[in-house]
Amino acid sequence: MTSLTVNGSRVEVDRPDDTPLLTVLRDALSLVGSRFGCGQGLCGACLVLLDGRPVTSCETPLWQAADATVVTVEGLAADGPNPVQQSLIKHQAAQCGFCISGIVVRATALLEETPDPSAEEVAAALERQLCRCGTHQRIVEAVLAARTGSA
Amino acid sequence: MSTSPTRTRPRTVPAHVVSNPRLGTWISVSDGRVDVHVGKVELGQGILTALHQIAADALGLPLDLVGIRTARTEGPDQGLTAGSLSVSQSTPALRYVGAAVRQLAEEAPVVEEVALRASRNHQDYVERIATLDPETNLTGFEVVNGPGPTLAVGVDVPRLDLPDKVLGRPRFLTDLRPDGLLFGRVLRPPSPAATLASVADGWTSSGVELVRDGSFLGLVGEREDDVDRGLVALASATVWDEHDSLPDEADLPAYLRSAPSEPTEVVDESPAEPTHTASYSKPYLAHASIAPSCAMARWSEDGSTVHVWSHSQGIHALRSAIAAALSLDPAVVSIEHVENAGCYGHNPADDAAFDAVLLARTVPGRPVLLRWTRPDELTWGPLSPAMTATVSARLVEGRIDGWSYDVWSQGHTSRPGYAGQPGLLATAHREGGAPLPPAADPPAAAGFGSLRNAAPAYDVGPRRIVGHRVTEAPLRTSAMRALGAFLNVFAIESFMDELAADAGLDPVDLRLAHLADPRGRAVIELAARRSGWGDPLPDSTGRGLGFARYKGTGAWCAVVAEVEVESEVRVQRLTVAADLGLVINPDGARNQLSGGAVQATSWTTTERVRFDRRTVTSRDWESYPILRFPAAPRVDVHLVDNDQPPLGSGEAAQGPTAAAIANAVHAALGVRVRDLPLTSESIVSAIETATEEE
Ligand code: FES
Ligand code: FES
Repeated sequence: MTSLTVNGSRVEVDRPDDTPLLTVLRDALSLVGSRFGCGQGLCGACLVLLDGRPVTSCETPLWQAADATVVTVEGLAADGPNPVQQSLIKHQAAQCGFCISGIVVRATALLEETPDPSAEEVAAALERQLCRCGTHQRIVEAVLAARTGSA
Repeated sequence: MSTSPTRTRPRTVPAHVVSNPRLGTWISVSDGRVDVHVGKVELGQGILTALHQIAADALGLPLDLVGIRTARTEGPDQGLTAGSLSVSQSTPALRYVGAAVRQLAEEAPVVEEVALRASRNHQDYVERIATLDPETNLTGFEVVNGPGPTLAVGVDVPRLDLPDKVLGRPRFLTDLRPDGLLFGRVLRPPSPAATLASVADGWTSSGVELVRDGSFLGLVGEREDDVDRGLVALASATVWDEHDSLPDEADLPAYLRSAPSEPTEVVDESPAEPTHTASYSKPYLAHASIAPSCAMARWSEDGSTVHVWSHSQGIHALRSAIAAALSLDPAVVSIEHVENAGCYGHNPADDAAFDAVLLARTVPGRPVLLRWTRPDELTWGPLSPAMTATVSARLVEGRIDGWSYDVWSQGHTSRPGYAGQPGLLATAHREGGAPLPPAADPPAAAGFGSLRNAAPAYDVGPRRIVGHRVTEAPLRTSAMRALGAFLNVFAIESFMDELAADAGLDPVDLRLAHLADPRGRAVIELAARRSGWGDPLPDSTGRGLGFARYKGTGAWCAVVAEVEVESEVRVQRLTVAADLGLVINPDGARNQLSGGAVQATSWTTTERVRFDRRTVTSRDWESYPILRFPAAPRVDVHLVDNDQPPLGSGEAAQGPTAAAIANAVHAALGVRVRDLPLTSESIVSAIETATEEE
């Protein structure tokens, strides 16, 4: 048994130590908001916050999350959509939207650390998040509009 | 009875109503809402939102009293969701059904729309719709109602599906978690020509069952981590017979021109001897959807029927293919569409559905959620074919008078049912299976495949246009956004710039001098004006234009690219002008056009499927890189709105974008790159070739 805190709740997970955190979330805990895109740490669709830091959950073994705090895209919306989520919806900043969970997590982490980034800084922060539909510009605009005071 | 102002002649019955004449196939009522069933599917393009708008206006109801239900095999068969046809095919059908419903819902045969709305509230109207006989034959009476007022169409209605996606709610096929769920994986052969020699005796892995049928190997288990671990273990417990079967990746044009092929002559008006000739090419490209394909299937306990959840573009054709592959009556196979990641053409969705059916057959009564791996998605999914074309023209005093065009390509469709075969990948690997036949090309009436947009829109004098479809299939190919139009428009529009340069003319002026079509001229002029065509630019920066009318029958689109070339090609800005006829949802259309242009920027500057003589080696996002956020251009979209019949927007910008970028590279550097992608290596090699020629 491994215990960890997911979106504020303490959970016990009975899976082997090397199970990817993403599989634990999606299969064992039925938290499907973190998406599987590659399983190789290369697309960012599975991004979560582990003790506040963004990590690709598909490449994070369960043992690394033991006794840690995990926040997923669902957790960011626990008290209603967060500013990044509100802004993405307002700007209709998705096409298929499969990439968007990870982008919400990455952009939220960016705004925590850098509350007033430029467009170039937003794009650089999203460098490891892939979007195949070509929605890049709208996403960057939506993140800029979610900066404190720009709403 | 007064004459209704909206009454018109009896309406002609649209094709999709002729083929789906039963009222109950299109309409049902539940919870005080009219559900409209469509045969089109959400691929990430926002189609369901647009059809919702059309349906609400057609029924004369507000959006919140109308639901939209996506494709199921019980619903209308509207063929594929492909070819940018969903809006143009569905608009007349939904308008006809809506007019028929309004007419039937009134006791009198002729309804005055305005009176209907004023005299009765919507709930009353919906209740009357609920009493209609679902067996009513929509072609069995004259529908005389007019279209009714336009309220929802033309408005930026927000997408129905985005809140779930942004908030991380279950929404995608891969998120389904029904009771009794099992997970499935397939171990694909390591190379296209491989066959299974052996699996280690008595192979087992904790928590999984092995399914074996010839060279088809699958795993089923209760836990996702067990099937993933099992897959890794199984790969190292198998031995395959492999051999080389692929052409030389470094010289695909030579391969395509020498391989056996079948010619299609579009036209031969015997053009005179040319003065100019050039050849262009593109490599194989991958769909590279952001999620690997998946599907879920459940057989009945007694194994007599199977239900499938699929993100296929064509569930009716998929049903026929699954039934044919297993010698079943199609009636025992039912399929419903559930959306997954963005789809840009024939990707492995259909293959995954059949994989799920095969795995689930071993566990009747239990749903099996099957998912491909990222490497399989990039290597075993159908690819957009490599292509090469040669263009020649006779240019006399700035006037083109004679044009010749030859294009070589593998076929552009191997969708379920093509070439009379199911065409599902696992059929090739099962016991007794045969390799999938080479891809076909859609016919002229469907806008061709290899030859799509091979005929220029310009007045070029006598023409000769011939396609050469390669009849062998070293790699599996099928439809990807724009099909052959991507290379053909890139080639034609690059060549137009080469002719303009030789004639000493501005590229826009040369095009306008050879183009009569007013809607084509209008988008070229609009793109040029909005991009600041002719304004000075900094050093190492150039501007280029590309134009086409998609398929010759679809949307008109012109793109101007502004590109900076230093150590690499950096597309800074794209100005897109398009004429889509009546625009159902302007914001959605802008999103689609801009997404298409950005994806085409990625194809043009970055992408190329890599392989050696044995197997595809671009297996992940490092070996198959796509455009990333810092490299994404700014895109400005300008729509020419009018009330002409609506046209799709998803495939209009790809070819023009590629040409605009190549023309801008030439404007910046004075170097013409004719082989995609436009990487720094291809530019260096183009410079070397140019120097050698001097
Ligand atoms: S799924 Fe984790 S990075 Fe792609
Ligand atoms: S919206 Fe489809 S991948 Fe980003």
